[in-house]
Amino acid sequence: MEPLTWTGILGPVLNPLLIAAAVVFGISVLLQIVLSFVTTSPVIQGPTMAAPRSLSDYVGWATAASFALIVLVCLAYLVGGLVIPGLEAKGILGAMSQRLWPVWLSLVVVFALSLQFKRRLGLYGKLFDSTIGMIGFGLVMFWVFTGIYAAMDLILTHDPLTQVSGMKNKLPGTPLSGAEEGDYPYYLLGGDNLARDVFSRMVAGAWEVIKIAPFATVFAFMVGITLGLPAAYYGGKLDTFLSFLANLILAFPVILLFYLLVTPEIVATGIPVYMAAVLFIFPIVFFVVLFNSRFHTQPQKRLIYIGITLVVGLWLYAGIAWNADPFGIIAFPPNLLVVFVSVVFVNSPTVFRIVRGLALDIKTRDYVAAAQTRGEGPWYIMLWEILPNARGPLIVDFCLRIGYTTILLGTLGFFGLGLSPESPDWGSTINEGRKLLSIYLHPALPPALALLSLVLGLNLLADGLREESLRD
Amino acid sequence: MALFILRRLGIMILTALCLTFIVFFLTNLYPNLEKLAKTQGNQRMSDEQVEVWLANRGYDRNLFVKYGEWLGVLPGYVIEGNDGVVRGRCFPQGGSPEDAPTFCGVLQGDWGWSTRFREPVQDIVFKRLGLTGWLMLAVMCVMVPGALIIGVLAGMREGSKLDRSLSTFSIITTATPEYVSGVIFIAVFASSTVGLKWFKGTATSAMEDITWENFTLPVLTIALYGMGYIARMTRASMAEVMTAQYIRTARLKGVSFPNIVLKHALRNALIAPFTVIMLQFPWLLNGVVIVETLFNYKGFGWTLVEAAGNNDIELLLGVSVVSVFVVLITQLISDIGYVYLNPRIRVS
Repeated sequence: MEPLTWTGILGPVLNPLLIAAAVVFGISVLLQIVLSFVTTSPVIQGPTMAAPRSLSDYVGWATAASFALIVLVCLAYLVGGLVIPGLEAKGILGAMSQRLWPVWLSLVVVFALSLQFKRRLGLYGKLFDSTIGMIGFGLVMFWVFTGIYAAMDLILTHDPLTQVSGMKNKLPGTPLSGAEEGDYPYYLLGGDNLARDVFSRMVAGAWEVIKIAPFATVFAFMVGITLGLPAAYYGGKLDTFLSFLANLILAFPVILLFYLLVTPEIVATGIPVYMAAVLFIFPIVFFVVLFNSRFHTQPQKRLIYIGITLVVGLWLYAGIAWNADPFGIIAFPPNLLVVFVSVVFVNSPTVFRIVRGLALDIKTRDYVAAAQTRGEGPWYIMLWEILPNARGPLIVDFCLRIGYTTILLGTLGFFGLGLSPESPDWGSTINEGRKLLSIYLHPALPPALALLSLVLGLNLLADGLREESLRD
Repeated sequence: MALFILRRLGIMILTALCLTFIVFFLTNLYPNLEKLAKTQGNQRMSDEQVEVWLANRGYDRNLFVKYGEWLGVLPGYVIEGNDGVVRGRCFPQGGSPEDAPTFCGVLQGDWGWSTRFREPVQDIVFKRLGLTGWLMLAVMCVMVPGALIIGVLAGMREGSKLDRSLSTFSIITTATPEYVSGVIFIAVFASSTVGLKWFKGTATSAMEDITWENFTLPVLTIALYGMGYIARMTRASMAEVMTAQYIRTARLKGVSFPNIVLKHALRNALIAPFTVIMLQFPWLLNGVVIVETLFNYKGFGWTLVEAAGNNDIELLLGVSVVSVFVVLITQLISDIGYVYLNPRIRVS
């Protein structure tokens, strides 16, 4: 079989168009930047202000038009992949687009529903008023869905761990050697130096990130909030002590900390388990205090809420931290636990500082004084008066922090720490690919670009959220 | 002011003591010592042999005693091993044990002996630090002016096309960690198959002789990641200054726009980025570790990786002392500098 081309039968038509559009776009953007220094001041014509059309307007149109053309051509490749029959005709891009069909479907559904009901969805709905926010949200959801469907085995073309003889370092689009009935006949993005499918590894790597990064960030926030609020509210010795502790951890170079914590030897000493035992108790404390301070006047409700929190929380706690789930449902492999713990450990001091700063500011507001006059308890004021009013900056920071956690996970993989060496996470794949980088580009570039686009999406999403939450 | 600096120095020393103790504790855990014994002695040592090896070299004693020896507040050990050899912490390499000092710790200027490189730690650390110094210097020369120019240009007319394109650029650079941008740069500029072949993909030769060809990519890789963040801070600060009353007054007086930006706005807009730039040093340290590994430049970051990978306890401690002091001193400088730049803020 012939190797696949990148763009299939659409290529001869669309590729020249894409190149032309890209060239025009590049030139016009450069021109625009140069021209923006030479501004035309608006001249007064009659009752209204109007500027004569200048060169920079025309350049602006050229930019917009060529950018639209680039987007359209890219869309055409993707839609072509879904519509055109036959793998050769689809090309590599088309074939990937076809493998990703559940992702496209989910994205379309999510966007259609969100745009339809955006006025009723609060801050989430407002996100759809900003283009930047929508692009960011799209990128993030793309990887979230890819990760989820990869875990459900819908997208993968091959097993990410299986090595196929004869496929070592093969270029993208190479037919599978010795393909049998039912095998996917191509390595869409080529093979890595252990003859595994790069495309499947990249897609499976999305799941590795999606299953760790958000949860680690949530845990870091729980720890940071539970410690940061009392530090700011009570101040004094507690504040001094906790701030010193946070600064202590922050003064550690992150990589040194990883090298000390995430090693098989440290796992053997059991230290990660003790750290997990300390760090993972915070969410339970957080929720118990949250419900207790709210419902302490309604014992019936308080009993129900705290009971549920304690039962579910302690069950998860036993399973995750101590690997001692009495029902044997929840198990956490030790090397995943150490990665999880160290990422939470590195992130929580920064969250602590942010929460403390916000709470110090909000503490002086009138509604806090009003609550104090009403005789509310300190934890009610912290969790139900201060925390909800700090939510805007915290949500924005949450998005940024997931991105940072993704970068940290990549760093761990890049240094070969923690996850098993053949795990398909992006950091490890980049690390493996970089060794032969000057000869074979294709094993290292897809995970690198994947990580870049996910983190970029999270940054754009945070930007959009910040813009929209500042608006009201 | 003097009291403030003294207090900060006190906190700094306390932090450094705590951090080195944590590193000491983690590297002296038994599985780590066992690994050290096996890499230094023999891979196939039995458990008893490991214990004897560790006991002969004083590793099996109380943690606090060992830490005190490393600091130089307790006398160094002298142990007659059960193989008949007398070993002492302070015995000079190749010298006679008689003229060994009683104390030999960091306080006496003796940072210990690297088991990985078989050299005194202070020699390695300062040699490698020198190499990394060149890298840092080049990064600072690229990053700081670049970031400030981008930030000021973007912030002087908020919402303009220039602002939007520069802001997009800075968001993209903050979203690209060093190991991603490094890989992309090597692919584009240094790959022998499809790339432009402008630069070299390794910086090993830059250790002797820094050239345009071997140093550009590592410097660019570190600089870009930090640049976006500083640029965004500068932009925010510049945009805020540009809405201030005195800028409006200057415009209404008829001062030309370049004059407003350069004479009125710039100085006030650069106060906030100063702090950010100083606080970037700890992040640069991270970037340096990744980039030195990626480009095989054997500087400070590479030493950290080697020391940690081989559980070279004293080298690792030396590395962490240096990096902790870099972090804390930059924090101190940023605080003091902030007070001098911004007369509205008073210490205490």
